[in-house]
Amino acid sequence: MKKSHRRLLFVLVLLGATAGAVALVTAALQDNLAFFITPSEILALEELPERNLRIGGVVEEGSVQRIGEGITVAFRVTDGAASVDVQYEGILPDLFREGQGVVAQGRLSAEGTFQANTVLAKHDETYMAPEAAEAMARAKQQVQEAQQGDY
Amino acid sequence: MSEQPIRWLKFSSPKHFYFLVERLAPWLTGVGLLALLLGLYVGFILAPEDYQQGNSYRIMFLHVPAAWLSMLIYLLMALYGLIHLVWRVRMADIMARALAPTGMLFCAIALWTGALWGKPTWGAYWVWDARITTQLILLFLYAGYIALHHAIDDRHKAAQAASLLALVGSVNVPIIYFSVQWWNTLHQGASIAPGSSPTMATVMFVALMLMTLACWMYAIVVPLRRAQTLILLSEGRSQWVRDGLLVKQGGDRHA
Repeated sequence: MKKSHRRLLFVLVLLGATAGAVALVTAALQDNLAFFITPSEILALEELPERNLRIGGVVEEGSVQRIGEGITVAFRVTDGAASVDVQYEGILPDLFREGQGVVAQGRLSAEGTFQANTVLAKHDETYMAPEAAEAMARAKQQVQEAQQGDY
Repeated sequence: MSEQPIRWLKFSSPKHFYFLVERLAPWLTGVGLLALLLGLYVGFILAPEDYQQGNSYRIMFLHVPAAWLSMLIYLLMALYGLIHLVWRVRMADIMARALAPTGMLFCAIALWTGALWGKPTWGAYWVWDARITTQLILLFLYAGYIALHHAIDDRHKAAQAASLLALVGSVNVPIIYFSVQWWNTLHQGASIAPGSSPTMATVMFVALMLMTLACWMYAIVVPLRRAQTLILLSEGRSQWVRDGLLVKQGGDRHA
């Protein structure tokens, strides 16, 4: 075995061992590495968590309500399967709107309402011009109308 | 070694490398500047606003190339580290050392522009999600590499230790790249990925590609120039350096 081959073997074994160790650590920390949990995961919790947590999902269509005269707002966060009521007092990010991804940080109250102290908008990976977005919305509507016509 | 050396192997000799860079750099700089001007024009003037983010999305024309390069340069440094450790090629260490500050610069730019974009879009400059945290670790790895190289006086030992750090740290790069798929993150997934069509308007994509080309040219030319300086520092006494510089001073570069 040539000297350089031995060194190559050593380096590759080292690299493999490091990758293996990191893989094991990240697998063990899987739950802690998630930035948020989903409404389904919240409902599956067996006891009320004592600490702050973050829930992520989509703001349910038609669920956003202003409460009173102030800046308190209530909405529902859904992941399609389950949804959680969220209350937040504060200024919402510009991108916050119904149907948009959102991450709320706060505590789950005993009644099952999530009291958020921070609300972050989650952006998706789509970028397009406003005209294109409008055209897509129009096309979608036309398809829906056409489908309704069939019934 | 084999009887017939392959032509490109001669560029692992500092001398040939030095003069190759002398000839290539002006062209690469020209391409980079052209791409930069075109990219800024397409990005700021031709590309429309985004349907949700308005104008703030334009920061991605710098953010995305910087983030890509910060990962790519680290992988390259790890590869040079491997070559240096296994085959003891001195140029490999010089190249890794020349790349490190540029990689760190792009890593810092990615984090900084991301924070500036995060405030208007997410509502926060900084969050500890997997993508952003691992990118911050990358910044520390760059800083660690540079510091380690400077901390050891013996040049050979310094090169070995730093190469090992580059190699071990490269495990972080795939974690950065795939973090948005493996875990729930606030950072969105990739708009441009191998095997799928980009999820952005064509004109935005063109601007992003032009800016990426410009950043690539910067990330090639500046480290090559830095490598030249490192070569002169280590080979300053050799005959070819004296000859080369004397020829240059005489104004006759074709001799």
